[in-house]
Amino acid sequence: MQDEDVERIMAHPGFRTLVRARNRFAWALAAVMVAVYLGFILLVAFAGGWLGQPLGAGPVTIGIVAGLAVVVVAFAVTGLYVRRANRVYDEQVRRLLEELT
Amino acid sequence: MTGPSGMVASLPAAALVGAFVAITLGIALWAAGRSRSRQGFYAADGGLTGLQNGLAMAGDFISAASFLGISGLVYANGYDGLIYAVGWLAGWPLILLLIAERLRNLGSFTFADVACFRQRQAPMRSLAACGTLATVAFYLIAQMVGAGQLIQLLFGLPYAVAVIVTGVLMIVTVSYGGMIATTWVQIIKAVLLLTGTVFMAVMVLAHFGFDLGALFAEAVRVHPKVQAALAAGATPAEAAARILGPGSLIGDPVSALSLGMALMFGTAGLPHILMRFFTVADAREARKSVFYATGFIGTFYLLTVVVGFGAITLVMTDPRFMVPGLPGQPLDPILQLRGSTNMAAVHLARAVGGDVFFSFICAVALATILAVVSGLTLAGASAVSHDLYASVIARGRAAEQDEVKVSKVASLVLGVTAILLAIAFEKQNVAFMVGLAFVIAASANFPILVMSMFWGGLTTRGALIGGWLGLASAVAMLVLGPTVWRDVLGHARPVFPYANPALFSITLAFLGIWAGSVTDRSPSAAAERKAFAAQFVRSQIGLPAARSPRP
Repeated sequence: MQDEDVERIMAHPGFRTLVRARNRFAWALAAVMVAVYLGFILLVAFAGGWLGQPLGAGPVTIGIVAGLAVVVVAFAVTGLYVRRANRVYDEQVRRLLEELT
Repeated sequence: MTGPSGMVASLPAAALVGAFVAITLGIALWAAGRSRSRQGFYAADGGLTGLQNGLAMAGDFISAASFLGISGLVYANGYDGLIYAVGWLAGWPLILLLIAERLRNLGSFTFADVACFRQRQAPMRSLAACGTLATVAFYLIAQMVGAGQLIQLLFGLPYAVAVIVTGVLMIVTVSYGGMIATTWVQIIKAVLLLTGTVFMAVMVLAHFGFDLGALFAEAVRVHPKVQAALAAGATPAEAAARILGPGSLIGDPVSALSLGMALMFGTAGLPHILMRFFTVADAREARKSVFYATGFIGTFYLLTVVVGFGAITLVMTDPRFMVPGLPGQPLDPILQLRGSTNMAAVHLARAVGGDVFFSFICAVALATILAVVSGLTLAGASAVSHDLYASVIARGRAAEQDEVKVSKVASLVLGVTAILLAIAFEKQNVAFMVGLAFVIAASANFPILVMSMFWGGLTTRGALIGGWLGLASAVAMLVLGPTVWRDVLGHARPVFPYANPALFSITLAFLGIWAGSVTDRSPSAAAERKAFAAQFVRSQIGLPAARSPRP
């Protein structure tokens, strides 16, 4: 790939739209994941006592539910991205490559 | 602390373990005929489906540390085990979102291929290979400790002999079978381990009428940490929080943050996981495999936590599983558990499923360890043969056969090293030990990988300064910290106070990369910055680029 090719692709509207949309989606999901997980770790670090309090009448604590929630978020984030990438982005990349070559 | 008598294997256990080992070796020999090419040896010819690869990823990741270590941590400390479980999973979405796609579009076999896409080959590959080897070494130790304790418990062999047996089996699997054998061993074992864990968790829950609350209540009733807190005058709720809330393992905010960062970012720097993005045909299958892997791993870890609490209720109260103490002394069910707390899940298997299930779990756990150490050794060996030998020493002119041969020799050396180190680290919790491998992966591999993908300003000098700084500071702080300096080397006080230095070493690595790059005024640095556009285009859509590395 020559420099001209790189410049041509970088300037291609299809490429720019795809890259911007995909990266925005991926970074947004990554931000959710990091926020949820770091939030959990910060609670462990600074509010361990609060996590140890029982939630309701039973022995199940806030911390146990919080840990479970992080796992659920991780799975949901992965699922959302895979779905959109496999349905939308792959197709766009394929069309773009056809156009470019 | 470990009594060889009383728990020695019954005949079915020995037979099952033997059968598993035989199957593993059989697969290695079968695959030996099919992995003659370099592409086959490292990447299984890219011929796996997403589900197969997802299972193999889960297999690579769900190690003895996860199964034995998390359940053991829960047994000893309760909630703290859950923190590890959550942290190990949280890295997976990040790999998928930010790294997987770019890695696939840019690389070929190892993550070093990406790290030197724009940067100078020889020094970058040496750095990547050293980061890989250090990570693999700590990881291997943890697995071998688990295997050694398991074999010791099962057959009553001395610990050192047990470790050597594991090491030899591992070396044989890797050097004959390569990636194809390792993958199939992973898949089989992931299925068996998931099945076994589901069964165990269901049995535990059934014991409590499928009421999680009843399980936790009983765990609180019998756990010695709760009893000690009550005796010291704590209220019942405060005492219960000793095992149902964050506990003694993560004593201060620095340790908690450090552990959190190591677990999350370390996953994204694990060489044997990153290799798995090249064993499927296309990006679509690679993504699917991460999705399946996340599902399997998440389910598995949550069940493992249930297993750990089950062990508190069913193993802790049963004198069969304890090493007898001195007459008249009160029993300490944490210190006196046969074969250390790492064996809590194995004892639980006997408590809920009798001898046959106990044998099954032992055999699966051993196969797990064998599979994980094989995957790890393969990643370490690839770093030596592909990055050091083929690219640095032979300068890209190595014959494929020679490269595979070097890889096999490297497996042997790694195996022997792991055996020796595992004997030194006998008494450590294996989940904690794997945590240390994650520190190195997060400090040495992860910053370089991320910066080379996302930052156009990165230069070879910056990457080298930051990478070596991260690697050296992580290893130095680990060695001077409580785990090695105090527990293994026997000094009275550690030089570095925190058991987990990731917070410091990751920061140092990123700072080094940044400072080394922005101050780099050399012409080659300018060329490297300019080449980012081509790399960016290729990382996004996978067009073959002229500057792509030809390893």
